[in-house]
Amino acid sequence: MPIWILRDFSKCSSCKLCEIVCSLKHENMVWPEAARIRVYEIIPGLPVISLCVQCDDYPCVSSCPFQALSVGEHGEVLVDKEKCTMCGACVTACPGNIPRILPGKQGVIICNLCNGEPECVKVCSEMGYHALQLVNKPEGGVVKNYLVKPEEASTKLLVKMMGEAE
Amino acid sequence: MKGFWGRLLEVDLATGVAHVLEIPEKAYRMFLGGRGLATYLLAKKYGEKWRLLDPLSPENPLMLLTGPLTGYYPGVKLSVTGKSPQSNSVVGSVVSSEVAVELKASGFDGLVLKGGCEKPCYIYVENGRVHLRDASDIWGLGGLKLIKKFHSILKEDVNGEPGTPFVYIGPAGENKVRTAAVMSKLAHAAGYGGYGAVMGVKKVKAIAVKGYGSLPSIYDPESLSSLFRSTLRNVRERMKRFRQWGTTEGTWYTGYYLSSMPVRNWQEEWHDVKNFSHVGFELETWVKNPWADWGCPVACMKLSLVKREGEVYVTDNPDYEMAAYLGSNLGVFNPKETVLLSSLADELGLCGIQTGNVMGFAIELYEKGVLTRDEVGYELKWGDVECLARLMRDIAHRRGIGEVLAEGTYRAARILSEQKGVDLTRYAVQVKGITVGAHGVRSRRDYPQPISYALSAQGGDHTSVAGFPVDSTESETWYAILDSGVVCMFTVLDDKGLLEYLNIITGWGLNLNEFYSIGRRIITLQRLLLSLGGPDAEWGVRDDDNPPRFYEPLPTGPYRGSSIGRDEVEELKKKYYAEIGWDERGIPTEETLRALGLGEFAPLLNQVRE
Repeated sequence: MPIWILRDFSKCSSCKLCEIVCSLKHENMVWPEAARIRVYEIIPGLPVISLCVQCDDYPCVSSCPFQALSVGEHGEVLVDKEKCTMCGACVTACPGNIPRILPGKQGVIICNLCNGEPECVKVCSEMGYHALQLVNKPEGGVVKNYLVKPEEASTKLLVKMMGEAE
Repeated sequence: MKGFWGRLLEVDLATGVAHVLEIPEKAYRMFLGGRGLATYLLAKKYGEKWRLLDPLSPENPLMLLTGPLTGYYPGVKLSVTGKSPQSNSVVGSVVSSEVAVELKASGFDGLVLKGGCEKPCYIYVENGRVHLRDASDIWGLGGLKLIKKFHSILKEDVNGEPGTPFVYIGPAGENKVRTAAVMSKLAHAAGYGGYGAVMGVKKVKAIAVKGYGSLPSIYDPESLSSLFRSTLRNVRERMKRFRQWGTTEGTWYTGYYLSSMPVRNWQEEWHDVKNFSHVGFELETWVKNPWADWGCPVACMKLSLVKREGEVYVTDNPDYEMAAYLGSNLGVFNPKETVLLSSLADELGLCGIQTGNVMGFAIELYEKGVLTRDEVGYELKWGDVECLARLMRDIAHRRGIGEVLAEGTYRAARILSEQKGVDLTRYAVQVKGITVGAHGVRSRRDYPQPISYALSAQGGDHTSVAGFPVDSTESETWYAILDSGVVCMFTVLDDKGLLEYLNIITGWGLNLNEFYSIGRRIITLQRLLLSLGGPDAEWGVRDDDNPPRFYEPLPTGPYRGSSIGRDEVEELKKKYYAEIGWDERGIPTEETLRALGLGEFAPLLNQVRE
């Protein structure tokens, strides 16, 4: 059964503990840039959560010239590090440019849902923020709406909070 | 070396050239980082020339430092230091900023700015590469306007990542106001110390940092992972009320129950306005709760918004200090008006504590007829938000009466006393050039002890109070450790837990005695520099005192009549000097310096004794 990480910008405190525990789990160190989830706090107090939405048509998977990407049992995108050449085709194909390539690190970085038990969701709920929750994957492509650029999403949140005058 | 990179990035602003400053592990072991490391490096560099170093000259270095706990202990703080234009010693100011994490992720333990720019500049550091760019488009701006504009400038100029963190100054820093803060994330200020003015002297408007690497490796990563999670849970559990109300709860608790909150320039310390409370703020002004900084399980911040005459004012809670100093201390007992003033202080880049203090001082002088309408240009009235906002703007721009008030309470009191030919220092609620935080000592219910401010190496700083026992969390040695670690005081549970953390990161295997020795070492060196002073002020044993107001009995509230006694303070002073190893004039003895490994600074004692 495909699962999905529900993200609620209004509940997000900007604490970024999701980034920290993600890097601790996957890299065994605190390395925010290598986190599979990112929180952009461009406008103070109005964070934008950014991570893979597991698109219904998985454009990243079909774009890969080396068949390094595949879809796992939970609906996650899996990266075969051996096959990945870090060519960047998936980054371009992704409507949110979510996959990350870091110098000195083998394989493109994409959220793999921690084999069905995402650390980020655990820490967010343990801390009582509940900005991230685990749900069944929503149908269709509407989830792609979350892939708006952080700058644009921030501006929208600001207008929502301050009124049209901004 | 575990938990450190062993290097700082030093930028010469005159040339834009950066080089690496190697720091030996021994220096970290003795001073940790942050406040401690800065004090050590500055004492070493300037030594016998300390007194001559003008804090408001470009020569004074500005240091943005991290510590071994940065990024690994929950919560984040950036240490902001240099020679303080308020105290003439080193003040370890801290501010919540992800710049600390980005510095570590760049492969450096800190950034040191020396010299000054010719014209307004901003600095962008990416993976240790320094870009010095023109800042004329953002000079003069503050608050949300600056933040929005600077993000787009970073994008255009240097292809900056969205949300790249930065610290900055507002108009107050540009105008070298001594109560100007180094600002971060709209409502955060490194206020104590006056480093906004130091940045302004250098003509540096903002410092943005981005690092793409990991944090430095640590001694025992396995233990850290589990300790990190259990610490998060324990802190979260203990700080649940903070999650809901933040320090804003003090607006009612400290004001009404503890009777230790500044009211009208400390003429009183009590109020009973129920709506001037965390609940009042929550119901009237909070648009988002909770709001947190990097890695924080507490989230003591809340986002506040008020609209008035077509203007929108956004800030945090305000926290208790702002509610006290930009509320009750100015006779304002109204949540919306306090939010307005707090937001204005953010926008102007002012330390709300010290600016609220000097404003209260000015209003009291006006009330007493010492300052007149002719001099000020308008009426100064307690609780009148229009005149208060005007006065705050005048201070930030050094206009009219603002020119003298921009010197901060201590210096303004000295200047005005001379002008008027009367002693006005008795109305100045400050210690050693730094105004007292919003926690009184007269009711004896709040945490500071009668000698807390009088003996602090950071004067009135309520986040660095002296106390007994000297080696405990009640004492300044502890606060020195927190500011050098560098950690947030609200995410730390106890000394033993923090020490365990430090050992897991560094592998040093320190015991509790050695741990507190670090604090003693830092305080003692800060104290030595305080005794040396600077071009316009130096401090002797007579300055180890409370503001005169604290000896006046409280006139209102449940602790009416209560105060502290001079004899009591004198006795506690002697006891403190003896316990920490300073002589009867509060000067560290040569023996103490040597025992703390500070023997190289012993020659400075000759200057103190001159």
